[in-house]
Parts: sequence; C-alpha cells; structure tokens
Amino acid sequence: MNYDEFLNETAREMKPSGIRKFFDVVKEIKGAISLGVGEPDFITPWSIRDAAIRSIQKGRTQYTSNSGMKELREAIVQYLKERFSLEYDYTNVLVTIGASEAIDLVFRACLSPGDEVLIPDPSYVSYAPCVALSGGVPVSVHCSMQDAFKLTPEQLEACITPKTKIVILPYPNNPTGGVMERPFLEAIAPVIQKHNLLVLSDEIYAELTYGSERHVSIAEVEGMKERTVVINGFSKSFAMTGWRLGYLAGPEPLVRAMTKIHQYTIMCASTASQYAALNALESSFEDGFEMVSEMRRQYDMRRRYLVNEFNGMGLETFEPRGAFYVFPKVSSLGMDGTEFAERLLADQKVAVVPGSAFGESGKDFVRVSYAYSLQNLERAMARIHKFVEGLK
Amino acid sequence: MNQLKKDVLGILKEDARYSAEKIAIMLGKDAEAVRGAIEELEAEGIIVRYSAVVDENKLGEDNVEALIEVNVTPQKNHGFDAIAEEIYRFAEVKTLYLMSGGFDFAVFVAGKSLKQVAMFVSEKLSTLDNIISTRTHFILKKYKTDGILLAGSSEESKRISIHA
Repeated sequence: MNYDEFLNETAREMKPSGIRKFFDVVKEIKGAISLGVGEPDFITPWSIRDAAIRSIQKGRTQYTSNSGMKELREAIVQYLKERFSLEYDYTNVLVTIGASEAIDLVFRACLSPGDEVLIPDPSYVSYAPCVALSGGVPVSVHCSMQDAFKLTPEQLEACITPKTKIVILPYPNNPTGGVMERPFLEAIAPVIQKHNLLVLSDEIYAELTYGSERHVSIAEVEGMKERTVVINGFSKSFAMTGWRLGYLAGPEPLVRAMTKIHQYTIMCASTASQYAALNALESSFEDGFEMVSEMRRQYDMRRRYLVNEFNGMGLETFEPRGAFYVFPKVSSLGMDGTEFAERLLADQKVAVVPGSAFGESGKDFVRVSYAYSLQNLERAMARIHKFVEGLK
Repeated sequence: MNQLKKDVLGILKEDARYSAEKIAIMLGKDAEAVRGAIEELEAEGIIVRYSAVVDENKLGEDNVEALIEVNVTPQKNHGFDAIAEEIYRFAEVKTLYLMSGGFDFAVFVAGKSLKQVAMFVSEKLSTLDNIISTRTHFILKKYKTDGILLAGSSEESKRISIHA
C-alpha cells in the first residue's frame, strides 16, 4: 500500500525533529555521556508527588472542569501576580497538557491558511511544525549572538508583512539562554502594536533566570496584555516534565475559543497532575518558593562553570541569562554544529545537540544542557576538552 | 553565616575536592574570598574534616554495623557527658548520640563480623559502670547515607538521553 496517499501534505512534508534523529544514534553507543536532555535532573519534590497519590486514594479520578480545577486556576492567578506582577481573573486561565498544548491551541484558534507567524531563530523545535499544522506559515526572525540573542525592533519590523498575525516570544530562550529584559520588551512593543499583532509569550523558563533581575513578561508592558497570550507550566520550574501540566492566560475571547478546542480534543488535563500542581503552588506560597530558589542556585553554579570551561577552550560562548543550556559557537574550529556534534560523539562519546535543530541561525553552535550534576558535567567537559585539543 | 559561606559549604558537602578557584567560578566570586571563607569555616570548626562517602556494599569486605540502644544511670555532676566519653573512646564506636525518648544513647558500631560486634557489646560496652541495659540492632541494608542514595536504591534517573 502507498500510505503517502493517506497522509496529508503537512504531515508528509514535516521534518522529524533534529534532536530526535541524533537521539537514535546516541542510544546505540555504549558509555556515552549525554548533555542533550531538556528536562531538570531533579525529581519532583515528595510533597507534590504525595498530593497526587492522595488525590487518587481519595478517589478523585473523574474529569475536572474543562478549563481545569477552579482552585488550581485561582492558585495560578495568585502565582502570576506574586511572581510576575500579572493580573488575571481565573476565568482567563486555561489548564493544558503541558505548555505544548497551549502553544498548539493558540495556533489552532487564531491562524487561518496563509497567516504568518514570526519565530525568533534559534528557538525551541515545536513552533514551526505546529504553525504549519494549523495552516500557518512559519517565518524565522534571525537573532544573533551580538544582540545576546534578543529580538530587536529592526529585525522584527523587517520580517512583518500584511499577512503577519502572531509573533512568538520564547524567552528565557531554549537553546540560547537569551532573555528579554524590560527595556528590550518596551522597544519591540510599539512595533507589535503598530502592526496589530498577537503575541504568544512562551515563558516556561520564567523561574530560571540568573542574576539579580527576574523575568519580565511582555504582558506587563503597557498596552500589551490585551494582545498577549502568556504560556507557562510546571515542567521546568517544579521539575514536573512527566506530569504534562501547563497553562495559558490571555484575553477572555481568545481563551474562550481555545477552551472550545481543548474541550473537544482533550476534555481536561489529568486530574492527578492538577492536584500535584496545586500542591506545588500552595507549598511554594508557604515557603517563599524555597525549592525553586534552590534549583536555580544549582543551575547557576553549573552555568558559570560551563561558560568558563567553553570560553577557556577558545569556543566563544554567550553567558546565558536563563533556562538551562549553554550555546557555544564552534565554527572557529572550522566546522558547523552538526559536524562538531557528530565527531564529538564518535571520538569522545559525548552527546550535545547541533544548533541547527533550533533553526538556521543556530548552525554554527551546539546546545549543551546543564541539567546534570556537576560531577557528570565535569566528566563530560574533560572529554570535550580532549576532543577540542585534538583538533588544534 | 553569610551567603558566601553557605554556598561554599553547599558545594564542598557535594564534593570536597573542588578547589577554591573552581568554586569561585561557580559562584561568580573572587577566588581569594572563597579561600577566606573556607579558612574561616575550618577555623570555626564548621568543616571538621574532608572524607569520602563509601558504599560499603561494593567494597567486597564483610563489614557488620549495628545500632545499639543504651540505657544508663546519669552520674552526679557530670550528667551524661562522662558516660558518653567512656563510650566514644572505643575505636569500634563510629557515631554516638544522646537521644530523647525510650533510651539514652544511640551507639553506632562497626566490626568485621557479627561475633566481633557481639563481643564488643558483651565484654566492653555492657560492662561499663552505670550502664543499665543495651539492645543491639544489626544494620541489614543501607539505602541512603548522608543524603546520598546508594546503589540499588530506586530513584535513578530514567531520562531519555536527548530530547526537547
């Protein structure tokens, strides 16, 4: 049978994730150290796990409201206010299956065929395929290391056409670790307003910023809340990737439309996960986000260590301000990121992700995750050192 | 304790072999300041010494460890301290705590064999003056020591090596 006849054009043409392709190779190599994962090395704290177990023991095994439990949405409202000065009513919040579903929902609800979506490049791998699935056209906006991987008003303006509808703001950024501080958000806001664009602000790494300044959401910038959908979740900040729990907050008419789609495709997020998430927030309100601070302190140490190591090897490395990745530039070794990653894996059995997986602008780089213990990182860095020395 | 000392202590408890220079890089601080903090921690007796955490199970040597509950009669003027001293001077005693609750001292003892530990209890420990009774509990398996999970414990990471 020719199954291509059954597959629609979008699914047929969709490229498999560059990350995935690499993973298949790594799996086969014994003794390989991977610096490739995109999830915390911490295990969900016990009190959160326990809350989910208790909910199951009490027989809370039914659907919740489509939008998510009211208590959880209220806790999310309190969280957004306390941590990021964002004011929402709980009816503006929709609980989703990870931030991934929330991202997809924005496209499904808002895009018509041919609508263009601006995506800072490099960025997380899912945006472009999801835009395409909704009939939209992904448009890359080049972000450079010289600009600390920020989205500048000039680059943004240059990519806008009459068909542009949405701009994605993926900050703190995976894979670069770039962030957008308030003045930079204020600089792009007028461009977004002038062209009447909607913003999808993916803030999944919002809790993981380093230095004295905390993450600022574009929804906090004057006149932007009304045209922004804020997306966040529990995976990265509370080490809860496997629970698949995220949420979005935005203008009521948009949330209403996305809730309709969510109700037909998903019904509601997993009930046990919602109880776990509620506990994550409530216990954090009580102890002043002690657990989150502790994880951030750990990441911060590893981040400084890695930046220092890579720069010491002569690989120019931007000092990341958020998330848990460093993004060294390897082209000074006379190769692109893909060749570097492949040869490093073959020579020294260390897996890093080629930057090209995150877009054309990432091709001279590799992504190195520091969601690993320091001991592990040190072992891996010793091997990378050997590899780089061998090239000189 | 200031934040720098807390941070330095946190790192050294994880791995005592980190140099001051490396710790300084991790914390974004001056190496001289880190060296100073370590010296202070040592001088204040907060850092007592640097040692390795050993998984005895893997050592291949048959070591026996026991927790012994000890009840005593406190001595006039000296309370428990004088008796504690008599107990902790034995080389077999690895750890000694004064406890609240059903008994007075928790004594952790290590020996080469069951017999050796039993001899220690019957001939050395229980013959001390002021000791009323002892109960010996042998340790069967260690899952976690000083916050570190030992091999065979179940919280290992099952993360996929590359994704997202």
